[in-house]
Amino acid sequence: MIALLLRDLKLAVRSGGGFGLALVFFLIVVTLAPLAIGSDTTTLTAIGPGILWLGALLACLLSVDRIFGLDFEDGSLDVLATAPIPQESVFLAKSAAHWMTTGLPLTLMAPVLGLLLNLPAPALLAVTIGLALGTPALSLIGAFGGALTLGVKRGGLLLSLLVLPLYIPTLIFGAEAARRAAHDLPYQTPIVFLAAITLFAAAIFPFAGAAVLRINLR
Amino acid sequence: MRDIGLTRGGVGLISGLTCDVGAGDCLFLRGRNGAGKTTLLRAMAGLTPVGSGTLTVDAPPAFSGHADGLKASLTVAENLEVWASLYGTVSIDAAVSAWALTPLLDRPAAVLSAGQKRRVGLARLLVTGCKLWLMDEPTTALDAGFVKDFEQVVRAHLAKGGAAVISTHLDLGVQGQTINLDEYRPDDAAVTLEDDWAGVM
Repeated sequence: MIALLLRDLKLAVRSGGGFGLALVFFLIVVTLAPLAIGSDTTTLTAIGPGILWLGALLACLLSVDRIFGLDFEDGSLDVLATAPIPQESVFLAKSAAHWMTTGLPLTLMAPVLGLLLNLPAPALLAVTIGLALGTPALSLIGAFGGALTLGVKRGGLLLSLLVLPLYIPTLIFGAEAARRAAHDLPYQTPIVFLAAITLFAAAIFPFAGAAVLRINLR
Repeated sequence: MRDIGLTRGGVGLISGLTCDVGAGDCLFLRGRNGAGKTTLLRAMAGLTPVGSGTLTVDAPPAFSGHADGLKASLTVAENLEVWASLYGTVSIDAAVSAWALTPLLDRPAAVLSAGQKRRVGLARLLVTGCKLWLMDEPTTALDAGFVKDFEQVVRAHLAKGGAAVISTHLDLGVQGQTINLDEYRPDDAAVTLEDDWAGVM
């Protein structure tokens, strides 16, 4: 499982791996937002957390079809399925690799980009904590969607339709935590809910995803 | 295998197939395109469920399909080492020397020719250390010299108590039983010439 994780990380940072894609997309969304909305700082502060979360969510969605799609095309998924490693571990390793190459860098970049949106310090902290706790769920759900749409030619649209509704709870609680922090309100509750969604996803999706992979490899 | 029945895409492919592959045995699968060679191999690998009958595989199989499962941006050595660590085997040296891959080790898989990729894909079977090899048209893209090497590798594997199931259209210089899947086609099957590559694509 570790070997698979390391392989996926290596693939992501090599040429054509798409490691930078999500990050650059996130950067573009967040830097373009003030240009589109105007430089009124109070408006920016009000919608900043939402923009950060939307940007992170869409950046995540951009790369989820690659989690299994590339391995399916070149036949490695067949070999992985026959290797002495459970499909659940394959799913978990590949989701973890996706998170480390998208969710984690997004989380680390969020406080810097938050400054561009005139977010106060407590909101920066809340966004960062929220992303750290919430993005693993985005990767797990996305990997599940990727497994579902395996073998569907240009399944990107179908994938978005399947995955985006499942992203809504994470988005709601993540943005709510940041909004509350920006108004100096306590934000423990949404953060706890975010962590709960991630734990739930980690408990359910490896099994659901592995089952779907088995069906799609028939 | 006892009285195996298989279907693909709603079409009956094979019915009433019974055979045994033990240690040291080699089984050749023949049949025209769409006869069910790939489907039978995938069923043996545990990827496709059998429609009827019982299929028992005692040894963990190593499967080699039409696609080689290579990662273009990894070098040959890295590709093989990933599989070595996934299968818990130590060294890739034996596989590398059997397939004359030493000069290619540090080259990314993206720049390999089709035949070279196939050799790396077949070298993976040695790396896994599995007893049972399931190979789907393994000699595709190999030149005559490497087809000879392939026969040698398979013979060495069988001599060590391994087993192999090979779907092929060639006559390979390896002793083994041959099954022509055309003979096991169910009578009631709709005669559609389904491309057996569909199982991989």
